Amino acid sequence: MLELTPSQTVGPFFAFGLPFDGGGDVVPAGTPGAITLHGTVRDGAGAPVPDALLEFWQTGPDGRLPTRSGSLHRDGRSFTGFARVPTDRAGDYHLRTLRPAAPSGSPHAPHLAVAVFARGLLHHLFTRVYFPNHVEANAADPLLSVLDEERRATLVAVPDGGPTGPGYRFDVRMQGPGETVFLDLSTHGLAQPPVATTETPA
Amino acid sequence: MSASQQPATQREVSAEIATAAGVPPRADGHPERAYGPYRSTALRAPQQPLVVSPPSLTELAAPVFGARDVAPIDADLTRHHTGDPLGERIIVTGRVLDGDGRPVRHQLLEIWQANAAGRYRHEGDQHPAPLDPNFTGGGRAITDDEGRYRFVTIKPGAYPWRNHTNAWRPAHIHFSLFGTAFTQRLVTQMYFPGDPLFGFDPIFQSVTDEKAQQRLVAAYDHDVTEPEWALGYRWDIVLDGAHATPPDPDGV
Repeated sequence: MLELTPSQTVGPFFAFGLPFDGGGDVVPAGTPGAITLHGTVRDGAGAPVPDALLEFWQTGPDGRLPTRSGSLHRDGRSFTGFARVPTDRAGDYHLRTLRPAAPSGSPHAPHLAVAVFARGLLHHLFTRVYFPNHVEANAADPLLSVLDEERRATLVAVPDGGPTGPGYRFDVRMQGPGETVFLDLSTHGLAQPPVATTETPA
Repeated sequence: MSASQQPATQREVSAEIATAAGVPPRADGHPERAYGPYRSTALRAPQQPLVVSPPSLTELAAPVFGARDVAPIDADLTRHHTGDPLGERIIVTGRVLDGDGRPVRHQLLEIWQANAAGRYRHEGDQHPAPLDPNFTGGGRAITDDEGRYRFVTIKPGAYPWRNHTNAWRPAHIHFSLFGTAFTQRLVTQMYFPGDPLFGFDPIFQSVTDEKAQQRLVAAYDHDVTEPEWALGYRWDIVLDGAHATPPDPDGV
């Protein structure tokens, strides 16, 4: 085993390095079935975080994981399943995408995988966006099913549409009251019981 | 930084760094998110422990990038404008590997950095050092069949920041990487060997294990250096852990 390269913060100046044009337009405006997803990133004092960057990665409505390149320069036809959006001065982000479906054989309910980066965050955070309409799948989900109600709610988007069609709100609270559930997914590749547990604080 | 507190001195922050260095480091070498000497972590590190949970099939796959996403010139940051940027031209090359030593093929690397004077092309950077009209400081590349990458750029300058009084960042290049699984996502910083600012910098020192710190530092490599043209640095990057075999999207 090689020793891994440690993480360092994305810092405050990623604006000319990471965001790309149309980063939140996973599908073009007017695409049938498109949904919007938006929210606010807040810190431990409840203040908006204007220098966070969120990445979303997902299946499409067919449950397939995208395999075509073009995640930065989409061809307008293929669903790449990848979005990258910086927060604005108000800590808000916004994207337009399609509803995910669970891949065949997945024990997890449909969701978007999320990575959160920010100045002041030395190692990114993983979380997930689930959707409230998948009642049965959410109840059986290996993650949602082991969380208490209050914590589970931080992972479920809230219907909040607009004039352009159906939409959802998903806020990220980095710290404090209502803190978003963040995930340690590093058990991948290792033999671990398929049960979510809470890690012992170091 | 809390508004109610005066900025700390370097001496005070260095004492905090020394105290934090006495805590056993994380086994994986990553920094603790709540790291006091780096003031901005105070309100941005979660208080709840992370929830350990098996990755989903989505998280065991990764976004796909290719020729459509990155042009060859994107990897030469000295040629993004009509003129040559000021500063010391360098080559930065290496390999991206997983924990088992397998190359991470055909995946995206992105870099961004300050110019030779230590100034970022960003409205939030108020360091009174000159912008360079011939240098933006962002680059992209796709790894080859062996996981190799190669950037041409200029050596970034050190710059001050407001973590504490007289705080200076060692020269560094920000790197963003994808593996074959979203769980392998990594954003980090590459440093230059022998930088006198290492010991003073809370971000570098947030990696408390000395061996892990060294994995953030590129090596000068005279075989990479090109005569009459540019100095060469080598930096290999190892992504988190051994990843699972990517699921067959049609076979699961």
